Formats: sequence, structure tokens, C-alpha cells
Amino acid sequence: MAPTLPILILAIPFAMFLILGIGGVKMPRKVAGTLGIIANGTLAVLAYIVAFTYFFSGSADFIIDGVRQQYQVFDVTWLAFTDRMVVNIGFLLDPICAMMLVVITTISFMVHLYSWGYMEHEPGFQRYYAFLALFTFSMLGLVVATNIFQMYIFWELVGVSSYLLIGFFYKLPSAVSASKKAFIVTRFADLFMLIGILVLSYCVSQTPADGPLGTASAFNFLMLNEQPTNVLASTLGATFMGGSILTWAMVLIFVGGMGKSAMMPLHIWLPDAMEGPTPVSALIHAATMVVAGVYLVARFFPLFCVVPDSLTFISIVGAITAFYAAVVACAQIDIKRILAFSTISQIAFMMVSLGCAYDQPIEGVHYSGLGYMAGMFHLFTHAMFKALLFLGAGALIHAVHSNDYTKMGGLWKYMPITHWTFLIGCLAIAGIYPFSGFFSKDEMLAAMFNRHWFYGVWMTMVAGLTAFYMFRMYFLVFWWEENPEYKKEGHKPHDAPWQMSVPLIFLALVSCVAGFIPFGEFVTYNGEPYHIHIEPQVAATSLTVAVLAIALAFVMYRKKNSLPSKFKNAMPALWEAAHRRFYWDEIYMFITHKIIFNGICRGIAWFDRHIIDGAMDGMASMTQWASLKIKGMQNGSIQSYVIWYFLGAAVLAAITWICII
Amino acid sequence: MDLTMLWYLVPSIIMFAAGVYGFCTRKNMIALLLSLELMLNAADLNFVVFNRFLFPDMFEGMVFTLFAIAIAAAETAIAIAIIINIYREVGNTDINSVKQMKF
Amino acid sequence: MDSVANIILYFVVAICIVVFSVMTVISRKILRAATYLLFVLLGSAVFYFQLGYEFLGAVQIAVYAGGIMVLFVFSILLTRRPDDKAPLLDSHRRAIGISVSVIGAVLLILAVATMPLIDGKSLTTVLSEGPDVTMAQIGYLFTGSGKFQYLLPFEAISVLLLACIIGGVTVARKR
Repeated sequence: MAPTLPILILAIPFAMFLILGIGGVKMPRKVAGTLGIIANGTLAVLAYIVAFTYFFSGSADFIIDGVRQQYQVFDVTWLAFTDRMVVNIGFLLDPICAMMLVVITTISFMVHLYSWGYMEHEPGFQRYYAFLALFTFSMLGLVVATNIFQMYIFWELVGVSSYLLIGFFYKLPSAVSASKKAFIVTRFADLFMLIGILVLSYCVSQTPADGPLGTASAFNFLMLNEQPTNVLASTLGATFMGGSILTWAMVLIFVGGMGKSAMMPLHIWLPDAMEGPTPVSALIHAATMVVAGVYLVARFFPLFCVVPDSLTFISIVGAITAFYAAVVACAQIDIKRILAFSTISQIAFMMVSLGCAYDQPIEGVHYSGLGYMAGMFHLFTHAMFKALLFLGAGALIHAVHSNDYTKMGGLWKYMPITHWTFLIGCLAIAGIYPFSGFFSKDEMLAAMFNRHWFYGVWMTMVAGLTAFYMFRMYFLVFWWEENPEYKKEGHKPHDAPWQMSVPLIFLALVSCVAGFIPFGEFVTYNGEPYHIHIEPQVAATSLTVAVLAIALAFVMYRKKNSLPSKFKNAMPALWEAAHRRFYWDEIYMFITHKIIFNGICRGIAWFDRHIIDGAMDGMASMTQWASLKIKGMQNGSIQSYVIWYFLGAAVLAAITWICII
Repeated sequence: MDLTMLWYLVPSIIMFAAGVYGFCTRKNMIALLLSLELMLNAADLNFVVFNRFLFPDMFEGMVFTLFAIAIAAAETAIAIAIIINIYREVGNTDINSVKQMKF
Repeated sequence: MDSVANIILYFVVAICIVVFSVMTVISRKILRAATYLLFVLLGSAVFYFQLGYEFLGAVQIAVYAGGIMVLFVFSILLTRRPDDKAPLLDSHRRAIGISVSVIGAVLLILAVATMPLIDGKSLTTVLSEGPDVTMAQIGYLFTGSGKFQYLLPFEAISVLLLACIIGGVTVARKR
């Protein structure tokens, strides 16, 4: 494949960022918006062409004997530290990358279009589009990275653009603190990722050049993924606290993914990130950026497989997070927060699924790589229906001017398009046949039951909770009791303009049909195709659970009644804890403010103030003291000048005289 | 008893030393100016004396003294103008009262 | 051997100069100080006459005594009452002034006394060696541009005096 298209895929959003970022101030809104939308449409088309070429052209670069290959379109040396420590910039094509290209560009295009309607009257419209372009660029650069370092660079860029977009309404203190929180938390996690990368690359770069790893760059994914056992061997069996060095490296790298994907206990930034504009939440905090952690695990999957402990760690973290987020989502009032916790829960679902995959065929297991395939499948479908839900929530907020479901209710007859598309999104996430979520969730649950029955049961429960809280929100927003405000003149909610409706309808259609994509033909852990078939027991179980949950939600929230408050009053402590997200923010505040600030920072501040500043101040005050003392010499009094002059002349004369004699 | 050069230089030196003393100790600006004139006059006298005793067939010392007298006149006029101006501003002619231009 | 009259004249004038210059700087009444200074200047003029520079002596009397001293007296009368006394000097300041001037004087006298150029020629000798300073010679000195002639400085002085007049008027005028 010629590198033209791939380079364009990276160049267009970057150029748009520069054009809109530098020239946007001078542009009218329409020009900036049109430019952004056209550029993103072009980008989407290019990405479809690249993905289509990769999957269907049958070229020997991409597929050999029915096995899909990883292919580097180009890979240029950027920084060469030593022979092995070489940082490249390149474009890697493989199944997950091609899939991510499609997902990112599609959602990004939909969000661009939607934002035209949603952000129309906001100041800084052009800046918003510039940031969106920067985010698209960074995310694309992340998924096409050929080596860890390129990935890390774009990973940080994604963090920066997320920070910029969360803090878009920079006049709101809550948005500013949310953006800082997101940046600091993810950056904190990225620190561990960097340590992991350094440990891993150090081990690899220590191997002899004539060894099995050859002289390939220590960061390259192809090299790492083709020879995971050699990478393990290159650590020379070194261990640290009972785990091999590679295990530690992979766990540390996964911690970076935990930060970006909002896994416990680094999830605290994502609910707050909802302070950003709603389309941004759809693009970044639901569909693309937060799945970067999942993508990271998938990218390093062969390496994770040679140290199975790390996979177990991923599964456990994912399982805990999924359940926690689902419970919290049941007790939230803000609809965007509900969706945020649902996102955390669903990403955790993918994590568990990835953690439950094997790289070797296992006896008694029908298809060992099912978890990987299912996780990627769910990533794809989830991106679509979660973006749909967020955009629908945006339409609701646009109509009602509040995030709070208590201000909504009975909206179904005012906003039919939003209602139907939202319902489709809810059905998809709840896993109802034939919507897309059913298929991916079914595969994931099957993979979990393959691994251990506990994961399967646990995650089925989480799936039921998902269905419950989604339909709780759906009924509370669209049914329950109509808000009397709507009767007033000028307060009547209405459907969004076409720029916002078109993405909703498109994504709803995708959510309806995406499940029928034979995903296993395209994306598997080793490139070999796999024919998806529904596991009847698992499917029946999860469907039953979902339907029961929906029925419960229907009974409780279809019409206004006292059932919900009875439940709430029956266990107020639990409700309060869930509502307050089980006090995680308070725990963080306690740790940072009470322990770290008091214990460590006080001492550092004292040292800084008294030793470092003291030295500087001491120098300053000494200079001041000396100048005060000697400033009398330069006192402007001509008489003292004359005296000094005469004394000097006298001394000179005396010296001269002595010399002559 | 001869009137040699030294005889004329000694009063000039004493005049000069008196000028230095006055310049260092007086506070009134006009008194400072008087001391200045003393020193200047001592220098003038030296010019003339050196001219007469060392190079009697030349006139350079005398010419320099003439110029010095002219310049002294100019300098005194300007200095007194400035002093009067300061007096208008400050109300006295004390050298220490002019603090605006110091430091 | 100089004439007795010359020697007597010298001593009278030298004592006059020494006494009055010291009086100038220690007098507490500024108007008196100016008067003492006038005597010092007149004494110098007498020295000029004695040394054979009659024109210079005349200029000294005319410019200093006639011009500058009048300026001084006017400015003194403008800025303070004639019987105002300067405050007594503090001893610290006086000590500094005395030590500086005494050290300077001692050094200068030592320097002059040990100067090798002093060959002990008497006044009569040197007066007879040099030509008389006539007005014609002085005129030539200031109106030629050859060697040892001073047309350019002379003109420069005239410009300086003009500038000084304008400057004096500008600085001292009422605003």
C-alpha cells in the first residue's frame, strides 16, 4: 500500500488543528464549522478506504493463507539513541488498528456534525473545532503507532486534548477543576506506564544482537508481538517482589491504561469530565479516548499472554470496576453522570473479556481467543451506541437546559426522534436481540464462562444492572411524570435541529445492524478468522436477566409512584453511599489533602521556603545590606567627592614620591 | 635675597589649600563657589609663575590664565544663576538641601 | 639680587594673600568672605603686575573685582541677609577639611621644594631675559592662527560667553 493515504489520514486533522487554531479567530463560525466537517468527512472516507483495502483487497501484505498480517505502511527513524533504542514514527496496519480507524473517524465525523448544532451559540466555537481536530489527530496517531514510544507520545497528546476539551468552558470553576483532575489523574497513571515502558525496553535492549530478537528496535510492536517468549527470556529470569520483571512491566503499562480507561481506583476523573461539552463527552469520554486502555491491552496482548498473572490482574480490576460503576450508576441524578458510570462499567467489561482470553488453544474450550475478539467487538459496538446515548443526552440537555432528570420526565411526546434513538441505544446497551450490544455482550460472557464460571456469573449480574440503570434513566427521562414547566409558553421542549438529529439517526441505525457484522472474520487475536455463533445457554441467561431488569425498571419508573422512594428509604445508607460514589472522591481528598499535603508537602514547603528561598533571600538581603552600607560613598555630595578625590591624589602623589626617592 | 619661583608658589599653595578646606567644609553654595574661585586663582597664579620663571620668552601661561579668567567668569555666572534658581525652589542655598538629584 | 622695594612688596602681598584666603574660608559671614576673596584676587593682580604681566593684572582686576565679585555680592544679597551667620562647623567636618587641606599643602610644598626645575633664578634675571609683554603682542597672540597663536580658542571663548549669557538668563529667569 502506498503511504499517501495513511499520511493524509494523519496530516488532515493536524492541518485542520493548525488552520482552525491559528486562523480560527478570524473566521466566521460557518466557515470554521464547514471546514471542520468537510475535513472530517474526507478523513472518514480515507479511513474507510484504508480499512476496506486492508480487510478485503487480499493483498499478500495484509493476508497470507487466510491469516491477517500486521503491516507497517511506513516507519521512519525519528530519534536513534543507541542501536537498539530507536524511536520511530510510522503507520501500522493490523485488524484492531483498521477497526479503530473506522470507529474514530465515524464518531468524530458524527460529533463534528452534531456540534454544529449543539455548540452554535457558544463563544469559542472555532477553538472548539480546533481542539476536536487535535484530538482526532492524536487518537489516530495513537492507534496507528508502530512502537511503544510513538504510542506514548500520542497517548499524552490525547490526554492534553482531553484536558483542553473538558476545560472548554474555562469560565466555569467546576470545568476548570474537572479538567485539571482529569489531566493529573491520567498523567499520574501515565507515569507508571512510562516506567513500565522503560523497564520493558531496558530488558529488551540488553539482549545480544545475535540473539533471537536480532537488532530490531526495542520499542517496535512487531518485534515484541512476534517473539513474546524471547522478550520474556531477555529479562533473564530477573524477578522483583515475586513477579518476573516482564510481569511488572506489563502491569505498570496496564496501570497507564487504567488511568485513561478510568478503571478503579483511577476512575475518579471520568464522572467529573462530564463538565465538558456533551459532544466531547460522546467522542472522548465514551467512544474513543477511554477505550485507549482496552486498545493498549489488545496491542500488547501477546506480551500479556506470556505472563498470565498480568491478565488475571486485568480481569480482577475490570470485574470490580464493572460492578462498582454499575451500582453507582443506579443512584445518580445527573444523566451525564449515569452515562459516565455506564461507560466505566462497559469498558471494564471489555477489560475482563480481554483478561479472559488465552493465546493458546485450551482443551475443553471452544475458542481460546474468544475474549479478545469479543472485547474488540464490544469496543466497536459500544463506541456506536454509547456515542448515540451521549448525543441523545446532549439533545435532551439542549432542550431542557439541565443535566438533571428531575427536571425532565414525559419527554417522549415532545422529542420523538430523540426518544426513539435513545430507546435503541438503551436496548443495545442492555443487550436485547437484535441490537448490536446483544451480540458483543453474548460473546464476552461466553468468553468469561470459558475462563471461570465466577467471571461469567458476576458479569451477567453486571449486565443485568446495566439494563436496570439504563432503563431507569430512560423511563425517568421520557415517562414518569411530565414536568409542569413544559406547559408554560416558551418552555416547550422540541427535537434538535437536523445537524443533531442526523448523527442520532445514523448511529441508531448502526446500533441496530452492527451486531450482524461477522466480526470474527476481521478481528481476532492471531489473525485467523473465526465464525461467530451464539451460545444458546449464555444468550438465554443474559437475555432473561436483561428482560427481568428492564421489567423491574418498568414497574418502578414507568409512572410516578412511591416505589423508588420506598426502596431508597429501606436502605438509606446504601443509597447515599452509591449516590456519593462510595466516597471515592472523599478518600482521594483525604489522601491528597490530609496525608500527602500535610505529611510530605509541608516538609517540602518548609524546605523550599527556608532553605532554598532562604538562601536566595539571604543573598538578596546581603546585597541590600551591603548596598545600604556603601551607598554613602555615592551620596551625591560633591564635598565628600572632593575629599575622596584629594585623598586619592595625595596617596598617588605619596607613592610617586616614594618611588622617585 | 632673591625672589625665586618658590617664593611665589608657596602663597599659591596656601591659597589652594584654603580653597580645598573651604570647599570641603562650607555648606552655603555661594561659599563653595568662593572657595572654588580661590582654587582657580591659585592655579592661574601658578600658570603665570611658571611662565615667567621657566619660559620667560613665551606667553602660553599668560594666555592660559586669560582664558581661565574668562571661563571662570562664565562658570560663575552660570553657577550663580543655578544657585538663585535653587534658592527659589528650596528657599535656602544650603548644599544639603538639594536632595532631589542625589542617588 | 632683587630690589628691596620688590621684596617688601612681595611680602606685603604674600602675607595679604595668605591671611585673606584663610579668612575667606573661615569667615562665618558670607559677605565678608566675599570681600576677603576680593582682597585675595587683588593681591594676585599685584603679583601679576610684579611679574611683568600688566595686561593680565588689569584683566584680573576688571573681570574678577569688577565683574565676578559684583555677581557674588548681588547673589549673596539676594539669597540671604547680610548679617546672617553660617552655623558653626562640627568638629568632625572641620577635622576632615583641615586634614585634607594640610595633607595636600604639605605634599605640594614638598613636591615644589624638591622640583629639579627650580634653578634659583631671581625675578630680576627672568624679567630681563624675557621680552616685554606689549599690547601689540597680545593682539597678535589672539588674532592669528599660526604656531603659538590662539584665534580659535579666542573665538571659542566668545561663543562660550554668549552661550553663558543665554544660559544664565534662561536658568535664572522667573517661571
